[in-house]
Amino acid sequence: MSPVSQETGQGASTIHEVLERVCPVMHIAEGFLPPAHAVAWGVASAPFIVHGVRSLTREVREHPESTLLLGASGAFTFVLSALKLPSVTGSCSHPTGTGLGAILFRPPMMAVLGTITLLFQALLLAHGGLTTLGANAFSMAIVGPWAGYALYRLLRRYGAPLMAAVFFGAFAADLSTYCVTSAQLALAFPDPVSGFWGALGKFGSIFALTQIPLAVSEGLLTVFVMRLLVQSSRGELVRLGVLLPGGRAGTGKKADSGAVA
Amino acid sequence: MKRNTAVNALLLLAVAALAVLPLALGLGDHKEEPFAGADAEAETAITEIEPDYEPWFAPLYEPPSGEVESALFALQAALGTGVLAYYFGLRRGRRQGERRAAEAQPGARPGETGSAAGAAGDLETREA
Repeated sequence: MSPVSQETGQGASTIHEVLERVCPVMHIAEGFLPPAHAVAWGVASAPFIVHGVRSLTREVREHPESTLLLGASGAFTFVLSALKLPSVTGSCSHPTGTGLGAILFRPPMMAVLGTITLLFQALLLAHGGLTTLGANAFSMAIVGPWAGYALYRLLRRYGAPLMAAVFFGAFAADLSTYCVTSAQLALAFPDPVSGFWGALGKFGSIFALTQIPLAVSEGLLTVFVMRLLVQSSRGELVRLGVLLPGGRAGTGKKADSGAVA
Repeated sequence: MKRNTAVNALLLLAVAALAVLPLALGLGDHKEEPFAGADAEAETAITEIEPDYEPWFAPLYEPPSGEVESALFALQAALGTGVLAYYFGLRRGRRQGERRAAEAQPGARPGETGSAAGAAGDLETREA
């Protein structure tokens, strides 16, 4: 925590500069949410995580063969949240990788897998934190997967090709995570002048700029992995309802790969 | 190159381009510390918004240096990549095994399509 105490002495620069530096907070750092906020987000996340653990154990018990793919989904989150990528705003941030698992196994699983990833980073990397675990889990392991899954389902219902739906699902999971993070920060540290909404607007606009290219990267990587899965794990995808039985994915993508053969 | 492989390569290339372009175009030049680790910046920035704010909890363990930290990040990525590689390798091997078993006994049919196309077994004969 040494940089903090050193910097506090300096006069605050303009609020915009400050916000520009806050914006690419990947996860909220240890001790940086007031205790009341930390507890509240923990309480909000807990039921989702408990429910997630339950559905995870049920899934593994009923379909032991899906353990491998579950592990692979968790591994994807692990890899992507370790990739700090440069972005157009001149800062670095990282994707979340939660969209893939949410699409494959539904969001409750990701509440568990995402929280495990956060826990790893909080304990070993001093990235995120234990006191902010609830808040970070809420954004990355709960809202992100649900938003991504919802958009994926919506697009599929209206006949979007599988890979397009996967791309936008992963994109939404990534971007919504950081929107929630900025809302959480704005709640904890409202703008002295314009209050919560002012802070949210500023956080949000800067966040979006940094994170959009990364969300695109995440979407592309998720499509990449999904394409590999379509090749290698067709049976599993059919069972999970991502592909329709009989080799049809419903729309475009399937016809496409049929043509390749 | 097969179309499938080409699309996959293009996807990866696009991701790489998205990561490299901000660096190549010098988009971080206006900053004191371009492309810095953003979380340390964020911590100081929050204390600037609220100078009185004291972080009330410190990480139990903090990597002693940036090098150790990046080693741990690399470890995280390596663990994940290892599991993913294991998964896809296992799948690939299983499919090959099934295909060979199917060729060995022509009576039995594999669940997959295109048994005749798989004559070259190991090659990238990707049936759709």
